[in-house]
Amino acid sequence: MRATASTGSSRSIKVDYLTRVEGEGSILVKLKGDQVQDVQLGIFEPPRLFEGFLRGRHYLEVPDIVARICGICPVAYQMCAVHALERILDITVDPAIRLLRRLLYCGEWIESHALHIFMLHAPDFLGFPDAIRMAAEHRELVELALRLKKIGNQLMIVLGGREIHPISVTVGGFHKVPTKASLRALVDDLSWARDTAIVAARTVAGLPFPDFQQDYEFVALSHPDEYPLNEGRLVSNQGLDIHVSEFGNHFMEQHVKYSNALHCRLRERGAYLVGPLARFNLNFARLPESAQQVAGECDLLPPCLNPFRGIVVRAVELLFACEEALHLIAQYEPPAVPRVEGRVRAGVGHAATEAPRGVLYHRYEIDEHGLIVNAQIVPPTAQNQKRIEDDLWHFVPQLTNLPLDQITAKCEQAVRNYDPCISCATHFVKVEREE
Amino acid sequence: MSSKRVARSGAAAPHEPEPALPETPQRRPTVAVFKFASCDGCQLSLLDAEDELLGVAEAVEIVNFPEATSVMEKGPYDLGLVEGSITTHHDAERIQQVRRQCHTLVTIGACATSGGIQALRNWKDVGGFVRSVYPNPDFIRTLKMSTPVAEHVPVDFELRGCPINKHQLLELISATLAGRKPNIPTYSVCLECKRRANVCVAVARGTACMGPVTQAGCGALCPSFDRGCYGCFGPMESPNTVSLTERFRILGRADDDIVRAFRSYSAWAWQFRQAGEECEKS
Repeated sequence: MRATASTGSSRSIKVDYLTRVEGEGSILVKLKGDQVQDVQLGIFEPPRLFEGFLRGRHYLEVPDIVARICGICPVAYQMCAVHALERILDITVDPAIRLLRRLLYCGEWIESHALHIFMLHAPDFLGFPDAIRMAAEHRELVELALRLKKIGNQLMIVLGGREIHPISVTVGGFHKVPTKASLRALVDDLSWARDTAIVAARTVAGLPFPDFQQDYEFVALSHPDEYPLNEGRLVSNQGLDIHVSEFGNHFMEQHVKYSNALHCRLRERGAYLVGPLARFNLNFARLPESAQQVAGECDLLPPCLNPFRGIVVRAVELLFACEEALHLIAQYEPPAVPRVEGRVRAGVGHAATEAPRGVLYHRYEIDEHGLIVNAQIVPPTAQNQKRIEDDLWHFVPQLTNLPLDQITAKCEQAVRNYDPCISCATHFVKVEREE
Repeated sequence: MSSKRVARSGAAAPHEPEPALPETPQRRPTVAVFKFASCDGCQLSLLDAEDELLGVAEAVEIVNFPEATSVMEKGPYDLGLVEGSITTHHDAERIQQVRRQCHTLVTIGACATSGGIQALRNWKDVGGFVRSVYPNPDFIRTLKMSTPVAEHVPVDFELRGCPINKHQLLELISATLAGRKPNIPTYSVCLECKRRANVCVAVARGTACMGPVTQAGCGALCPSFDRGCYGCFGPMESPNTVSLTERFRILGRADDDIVRAFRSYSAWAWQFRQAGEECEKS
């Protein structure tokens, strides 16, 4: 919903409801002549207060409850919860369980990235309001996207029972683990998905990208042997290198009036970026050779500093997730038991994992009965909020010669670079111009 | 606490006035999707119907669906799908406008049909919750209660589930367009378990299972994964919650655990609400 208004020397553009994102958000950009006066990424998604009602719940309920924060990335929430709680209960899971969790996460990455690349972001580049209307001219592309998305969902269904709010993940393992045969049945589709991801990366690499670069601080997990999903240290390109339990010492949450999501900043340096661009730039060496090669063919080498090219990075990560899933399935041997019990005791546990949109951090405190005393959840979009605003501060001056409706459309596209998940972060585009 | 009765699944609530729609014989029915407090998962179910999505988009015209399209056409709409619960003054007003614009209004998912997991605030001091999450509670505007859509406006059909089952959603859209009653069973998860030939986790292993009082629709997923049902499809048509509470006690469950079992994703659905409160009193 957009409106453009002119009153005397000032003009204003409003987009009251940011579309093709998950949840409810808005942006306000105030312009005076060619000067940006203010940028506010507003989040009007109603607060759901998860951290409040988690208090007093039993720790075993947490993975199912926190999944409900987000219908698009429930696995990310479940993974953070089980890792954090297992640290309190002193549980070390069987390597096969570790493998299955990584595999489940690959399913969510495939589904989420395919959805964002083709159905939410590509229409911006190709000039359509959505993928369904894009299908009138690009039917094959949309059909391919839907099949890719379905393959990600299939993986989640086999492992988790269903794609939205899977039901098999629990503290200590899974309620039930898959058979080798049920995973092998996915190999043909995943092989097709891998080959298609290569084509997809080359296709999106050919889209027109605005000439825009920023000096970002990228933050992502980093693991010595793997492209990060469930584990690793939190690192940045500006010297951050910490254990996830130190998160609170280095990051702070701020509450601004126009947003129902807390802004997360680095205490020392302010805004930073999480998500595919950060992961790619900080972990390029851990991508499989095929993904590195395709990135090279797409003229995508770290550091990539143009956020609009995030769509290509997502396609490279899509390829990674397919490769990784195939690799994990080939190695899989079912564990002796699907889950192990921990020793319930009072304590605090932290975890960070890589949700499709970037670092997700959870911290739980439980009492001696296993009931939650405190919970803290920092979703990726809350961390990117400030960075999205900063991008607009720097991007809008390039656009001031354009008509206001085009400025607005470009601003929305710039926001979608981040694949914001507003339901997670608990948001809207409005550009005003004074002349 | 509100004693207002929630419209039953399947019951067509009377409402007026029906908005006039333009009469053009070739016109495709228009569908709009609206979001209130929720996780976006139920509307994502439509995009997750990968094999059917393009077919659906040919049969109907999707004219308002912010998660998927920048097209935002004004109503009236033939069919409105509403996700999410009502938790703010603004949303309480917005749902009235949405109702006036939709010829048929269907709520999808546990949030819209029963207030969702965020209805756990209804038993607590919401100010305390806000203070526990936000450093500047004054910035936050929220209602004391999270309530289902049917507590605010008449609803033509309620589709249960957290999340909904996408095949049920497709059946619902087809039925609405054909002007027939959707074939959405209101029996319990137990029937789905029997149909899948699952060994009963409650009888065989003493697992606390919400299946006997929970509406079918998931395909008995949790028992199929060796765990008890946790009630995410909400109460079935006539749940015997008293009997199940007794059963849980026999299995050695503490009353606190039983209250929590009823107070999850459909906590504010009156049958589960009552069961939890009875258990708390005793």
